[in-house]
Amino acid sequence: MKVSITVNGKEHHGDVEPRTLLVHYIREVLGLTGTNVGCDSSSCGACTIHMNGEAVKSCTILAVQADGSNVTTIEGLAKDGVMHPMQTAFMENHGLQCGYCTPGMVMAAVGLLNENPKPTEEQVRVGLEGNLCRCTGYHNIVKSVLAAAGSK
Amino acid sequence: MAKVTGQFEFSSDLHAENMLWGATLRSPHPYARIANIDLSAAYKISGVEAIITAEDVPGKKTYGLISSDQPVFASDFVRYMGEPIAAVAADHPETCRRALAAIKIDYEVLQPVTDAELALSPSTKPIHPDGNLIRHQRIIAGDQNLQGEVVVEGVYEVGMQDQAFLGLEAALAMPDPGGTGVEMWVATQWLHEDRKQIAACLGLAESKVRLTLSGVGGAFGAREDISLQVHCALLALRTSRPIKMQYGREESFFGHVHRHPAKIYIRHHASRTGVLQRIEAKMYFDGGAYASTSSAVLINGVTHIQGPYKCSNATVDGYAVRTNNPPCGAMRGFGVVQACYAHESQMDKLAQACNLSPVEIRLINAMQTGDKLITGQVVESVAPVARCIRETDAIAMPAPLALDADPLELVGGTGLTSLPENIVRGVGWGVSIKNLMYSESFDDFAVARCQLSDGVATLKYATVEVGQGFVVLAPQIARTILGVDEVVLDTVDTGIGSAGSTSASRQTWMSGGAVDGACRLVRQRLFEHVGAKFNIDPMRLVVEDTDIVDMIGDFRISVIEASTGVVIDETFEHHHRPTEELDANGQGNCHVAFAFVAHRAVVDVDVELGLVKVIQIATAQDVGRVLNPVAALGQIEGGIAQGLGLAIMEEIVLENGKMRNPSFTDYLLPTALDAPKVVAVMIEEPEPQAPLGAKGIGEPPCISVTPAIAAAIRDATGKELPRVPIRPQDICL
Repeated sequence: MKVSITVNGKEHHGDVEPRTLLVHYIREVLGLTGTNVGCDSSSCGACTIHMNGEAVKSCTILAVQADGSNVTTIEGLAKDGVMHPMQTAFMENHGLQCGYCTPGMVMAAVGLLNENPKPTEEQVRVGLEGNLCRCTGYHNIVKSVLAAAGSK
Repeated sequence: MAKVTGQFEFSSDLHAENMLWGATLRSPHPYARIANIDLSAAYKISGVEAIITAEDVPGKKTYGLISSDQPVFASDFVRYMGEPIAAVAADHPETCRRALAAIKIDYEVLQPVTDAELALSPSTKPIHPDGNLIRHQRIIAGDQNLQGEVVVEGVYEVGMQDQAFLGLEAALAMPDPGGTGVEMWVATQWLHEDRKQIAACLGLAESKVRLTLSGVGGAFGAREDISLQVHCALLALRTSRPIKMQYGREESFFGHVHRHPAKIYIRHHASRTGVLQRIEAKMYFDGGAYASTSSAVLINGVTHIQGPYKCSNATVDGYAVRTNNPPCGAMRGFGVVQACYAHESQMDKLAQACNLSPVEIRLINAMQTGDKLITGQVVESVAPVARCIRETDAIAMPAPLALDADPLELVGGTGLTSLPENIVRGVGWGVSIKNLMYSESFDDFAVARCQLSDGVATLKYATVEVGQGFVVLAPQIARTILGVDEVVLDTVDTGIGSAGSTSASRQTWMSGGAVDGACRLVRQRLFEHVGAKFNIDPMRLVVEDTDIVDMIGDFRISVIEASTGVVIDETFEHHHRPTEELDANGQGNCHVAFAFVAHRAVVDVDVELGLVKVIQIATAQDVGRVLNPVAALGQIEGGIAQGLGLAIMEEIVLENGKMRNPSFTDYLLPTALDAPKVVAVMIEEPEPQAPLGAKGIGEPPCISVTPAIAAAIRDATGKELPRVPIRPQDICL
């Protein structure tokens, strides 16, 4: 099926099999491998991206469902070579160790702040519940998000 | 930085021109005889380039970390659900899947052996030519007949935990022209050990197999054994094309080893005043179908069963057993997690029997430097056990649960299931001892090379970064010693000597020691160079910030200027002191060093629904010296979350050898909402044996937090709860 998806500001036209997942389209067709796959069952959130401004797990969406939409991946978060405040906050607050969950976690966190710019710690935890991290125990991730919220 | 921008390349991102995809056929049965393998239909599928089975393994047919007992591909019997039988290379992962489905295997299904104790019964037939006993080790110390005034006993069980790293197994293999060798990019914990095993199975010299580290998305022990490496390399050599293999989450559960389930029978003898006098224990570790590191896990289990407490008399029998369950091997804590759950549960029983508090019983018995272990080994390490306990105890308790608390703070959280009046708070303790580095006479070493030129230091080593932060530590060491600003990290590959595994809390000590040593050699050469050039005794020179200065005179030159136009290149191999094997009675100096930690858990329990929320973990950890405070705290917080997982959430559920929950939907991992508040104190008493004074910090955080949480739930419910993970039904039914 023919799809037209704007990814990180650039429009892509493609012919995909109807069953192609959006995450596979992003990784394998567009070669944007920053978006990771961690579970295949929509449990871990490593594949979180933004679709029309909303954080979604790209393994639960078919590429054809994204037809006509505006997608942002981790690679598209920095603007003009300047990192997004959330990316800076994760770096400065040691919000990662192995880094595998990080792209999805950052995208989910940006989505969270879009909805709630000044969340409490508990609200950050609830907001990130769908994103698993096995390394950090989440504390530095929560700290990163709160720091980014403060700097907004 | 690459990790926050999406530019960091994980092994699953690997790609090569003209590459094929590889996939593995696995057994659906825990135990069966393979009567026939028919590949004919699979070969007819367009796009299939190769199918390989045991017959196609040119070298050694088996592999393994300690004993080589695991077939590359099963040919006569499959011994666990998920055991590889064949591998396919094809143009697309989907073609691979179709080919796997078209391979026809006739199985004669057998009754699996799934209970470790039963597996050792004389009436149980061996499921492997090496027998069902992987290793037995006794520890006989002191008076074997001593009976304490107070005797407490218990039978404790620990379920099978998964490392559940997020970054799935993946590798890329590139064959050399003519098939004379192979180059691989892989996410592993130990490049050189992988290479040794791969080369043996390929029938190639080790020099013909070159490994480069690819981005590792967490490891926690699960990448110490090889998984897809040999299959991937074999397919590459067979097809003469690059092969990419990667597992999905379900296959990952079958593709790597897990934490050993254990059953521990244990009896503590003490005086009426609570002084520990003797321990009797029988410990069974279920190693699953193949040995992996089971024999070393067993040694850690039996030698740590006394916990961080003085004890002179012991009778311990430990068994690592082969069953038709999934193979078990390394996971953070390595055999000590299981032992700690048992000894800490016992210490609480002892406290109760002696009318002492959990803190008092532990302080009375706390081990110190100079104490002799039940193995006869004297603890030479800094051993601030009492201090760990006292400093943990001094951490403020969380505020009591308010009756009008935000529902998000209650047990059950957003489920809004629990009423504040039904919630009971409990407090529990756990303290542990953990060996650092490898044991039992293993010649453990790490190699690093430092090159200094024009003010830039380049470091080369094969030390695997799994997220622990060695990439930050190594340059920090080089900057401190050499006074350079710029440190370049060379590729991590087999182009230098081994660094050993990133495991056993050993890399800061071992590879840190190697980098430290190489940088010191370079600095010495630089001093000699400067001394010769400016006619100063090199002994008088020191590095001060980014300058070299004369301690006595007023000579000063920047390191950049001093090293301009010269190339100084030094390699250093760091060994820790030798250790010994245990004798038949479990006596010997088998460990290098020890670290200690205390945990206090505060939990809220809805006793009606069996729900638990861990409110706070207070901890004081013996770290030797903190080299990077943020990274150290990250290790502590992350380890605590994994220990919490084992206490109340995580278990691979097995039913007659079959894994019932190989997905993140059914295998529950702690989320941001489950992670408790952590208040951590790092106790800095530099370890004289350690090159940088720093002890390994990776493992201790996840060890005694599990029994601490279990004890807190016991405190809230009054139940014995002898098994982890503790499930809702264990509490409310």
